[in-house]
Amino acid sequence: MLQPRDTHDLVEIISAAAAEGRRLELAGGGTRSDFGAPRGSQIVCMQQIAGVVDYDPAELVLTVRAGTPLADIESLVAAEGQMLAFEPWGTFGTTIGGVVAAGIAGSRRVTAGSARDHLLGCTAISGRGQSFVAGAKVVKNVTGYDLPKLMAGSWGRLGAMTEITLKVLPKPRQTVTMAARGLALDAAYAAMACALGSNADVSAAAALPTGDVMLRVAGFAPSVQARCAALPGLLTGHCRLEPMAEAEAEPLWRNAMTGAQVRGSVRWDVHIAPRHASRLLDALAPLIVDWAVDWGGGRIWIGTDALCDGVRTAAAQLDGEARLAKAPAEMRRRIAALHPRAPGVARLEQRVRRAFDPADVFVTGRFGEDADADQFFA
Amino acid sequence: MSIAMPKPDATTLAKRDYIVAALRRIVPGEGVIADPDGLRPWESDGLTAYRQTPMVVVLPETVEQVSEILRWCERENVKIVPRGSGTSLSGGALPLEDAVLLGMGKFKQILEIDYEDRVAVVQPGVTNLAITQAVEARGFYYAPDPSSQIACSIGGNVAENSGGVHCLKYGLTTNNVLGVELVLMTGEVVRLGGKHLDPGGLDLLGVIVGSEGLLAVVTEVTVRILPKPETARALLVGFPDAESAGACVAQVIAEGVIPAGMEMMDRPAIHAAEAFVKVGYPLDVGALLIVEVDGPAAECDHLIDEIARIANVNGATTSRVSQSEAERMAFWAGRKAAFPAVGRISPDYYCMDGTIPRRRLPEVLRRMEQLSQKYGLDVANVFHAGDGNLHPLILYDANVPGELDRAEEFGNDILRLCVEVGGVLTGEHGVGIEKRDLMPEMFAEADLMQQQRVKCAFDPGLLLNPGKVFPTLHRCAELGRMHVHHGALPHPDLPRF
Repeated sequence: MLQPRDTHDLVEIISAAAAEGRRLELAGGGTRSDFGAPRGSQIVCMQQIAGVVDYDPAELVLTVRAGTPLADIESLVAAEGQMLAFEPWGTFGTTIGGVVAAGIAGSRRVTAGSARDHLLGCTAISGRGQSFVAGAKVVKNVTGYDLPKLMAGSWGRLGAMTEITLKVLPKPRQTVTMAARGLALDAAYAAMACALGSNADVSAAAALPTGDVMLRVAGFAPSVQARCAALPGLLTGHCRLEPMAEAEAEPLWRNAMTGAQVRGSVRWDVHIAPRHASRLLDALAPLIVDWAVDWGGGRIWIGTDALCDGVRTAAAQLDGEARLAKAPAEMRRRIAALHPRAPGVARLEQRVRRAFDPADVFVTGRFGEDADADQFFA
Repeated sequence: MSIAMPKPDATTLAKRDYIVAALRRIVPGEGVIADPDGLRPWESDGLTAYRQTPMVVVLPETVEQVSEILRWCERENVKIVPRGSGTSLSGGALPLEDAVLLGMGKFKQILEIDYEDRVAVVQPGVTNLAITQAVEARGFYYAPDPSSQIACSIGGNVAENSGGVHCLKYGLTTNNVLGVELVLMTGEVVRLGGKHLDPGGLDLLGVIVGSEGLLAVVTEVTVRILPKPETARALLVGFPDAESAGACVAQVIAEGVIPAGMEMMDRPAIHAAEAFVKVGYPLDVGALLIVEVDGPAAECDHLIDEIARIANVNGATTSRVSQSEAERMAFWAGRKAAFPAVGRISPDYYCMDGTIPRRRLPEVLRRMEQLSQKYGLDVANVFHAGDGNLHPLILYDANVPGELDRAEEFGNDILRLCVEVGGVLTGEHGVGIEKRDLMPEMFAEADLMQQQRVKCAFDPGLLLNPGKVFPTLHRCAELGRMHVHHGALPHPDLPRF
């Protein structure tokens, strides 16, 4: 494992790999290394490139080095009454660079956006071993191409982000979960759609196989109280809503957000138009062991023991996508982690990727599409 | 008029008739404009100081026609300037003498509205406001609201990543677009994103938004629509100076309030606006804040009280809360009329668009005042105070020889100042031609080269909207020096996974 101490080390490592035709895998805390195909890559550990560069709460802007632990950042901003609004999540050791590069977002994604929406700028070392700055350190900027968008969710395939500037937002002063019980998924979807489409400003909506439907109401106390009072009336036609105690709600939200408790040896992360959620689960009923729905129906964690890509095929038929979030190594070798792109998009992605990494330094075999895409150039 | 456009290509100019004939085959009927009178209305966009008659205008009606036009132009090495409604304030849609102007105005249909999933699928020529109008009966709206929203098209919004007064809370275009269909310069039609969130793979949609028409031509847009807030209230607060107003803004945000809009005007802007619309702005203040909150009534009441308290702590000298929708609109009327109001007190004005870290505001205003004296031109300031996006309006008279040049130089100095204090050249208007030559102030050569390599991945012939955004367009072969063609890698013996 290579452990660069600073940007200078990193430039040397990447330049040398590019010149010698070697491959490198960028890693934060390595907490998501089971995502993607098994591979024997040379790891570049970013954890030493860490620390807060600048944080001015009143500007809503935070600049940190990429290897900084997510947990440290969360406590830093929480101390100022702020948060990362895209609700990134991980486990012990997860870094901020890791969650941004993986495009991780939590339940609030449905209303607050994802890592992409909160990454204002970054400094990165491309596969050429060249340092470049993308975006800026202010909350509103349209100068030049929005390269930070490309870096978020790129899984380290374009370059190594060393410094990251994020938009931070005030943390809600109060959060209440309003819940309904015993709803089938189609009824749950209708209730969530009604709530998210109402002016009660519901910030997250999840549903579980137990029939629990949860709506998150967050903000200033008088507002939260007024909205919690109004919501049952707004949803009269759908369900009976009651507040759910935090002790009960918290683990349920956690499961809807991470899928971590979804049973089955294989877990898929399906992103789909919310209205298709129940159709998808119906279609896949024979395969499914367990599931959890977040984003008002837009994200479905599907647990199964089937070692095939039936979930992906079904999601694609409904214009959705399925990521292979957890699977035995044998299956991850056969089935790509990321949903395959249409040929035209795959070609374009390949060209854009090579605009950053012409020598394929960051192509490790982790994502099947990297190997596949070349066939389009034949 | 200091910005030079690329020298027209003589070969292209020489085959104009051939190009016009080819376009007429692709788009029959009225869709091709080539006569001098017909071309004149197309000679500029919202940056009217710059004019150029296009070689020819083509107005396709179908995706197939767009695709064929691009494919034909790529084969023939003919440049294309895409255009929405032509409201760009940075010259993004300025025609070129040797380029086809591709107007997308005929793509005017709203294709689908899904209220349950809160998305709308529209063609790029639909105006920003038309989306809101189409969904407002059911209590929804489209959030980004650039001041040109009555005219500007959603396709143009995608190209420019347009903002508006509400973007601190609701985001720019990029945060409200879920998918696009686009045509590449090769004519290939590609779909990115859709009705689902966070598609995997590289976020190509993210780089298309705000690419100023240099990467592809958008033919369909899927946007998020939001439930309209239950209510909105506004507070009009006067301060002795911009320092105290700025301190108030900082404290509002530090205390956890993200207003729907937070606008500041300086003394010249207040006086110009009040003289024009007479809405009762206080004239004895140095800075005026309009703070709008939206949401449930209980929230608005609570926040208005909080903001009023913070304003008092920071030395507000006047404070009024809107008691009715009419009064709230009146507060905004002056701000929204600020540009034409300034237009009344000066023959011409030049609107800038830098963003700064808000804490540097007092210093920036002080130095802007010094620049104003240096150039002998007045400046009125309106800005989106919440996100630090300044709109200084430089007053000049184009009929006075040299004044436009001086106004441009003044503007350039303001933008240099924005970058110097840690800000950016443009918060929402785009680079276009206007700020093109200032890009090196903000980006190092390596940064710009990386952006251009992305351009090359989409448009290796550099045929889409040349002369915009980048001060120098390097040839793609030159940028890709390290590029190794598949099958000819430096170490072909190494395993490729």
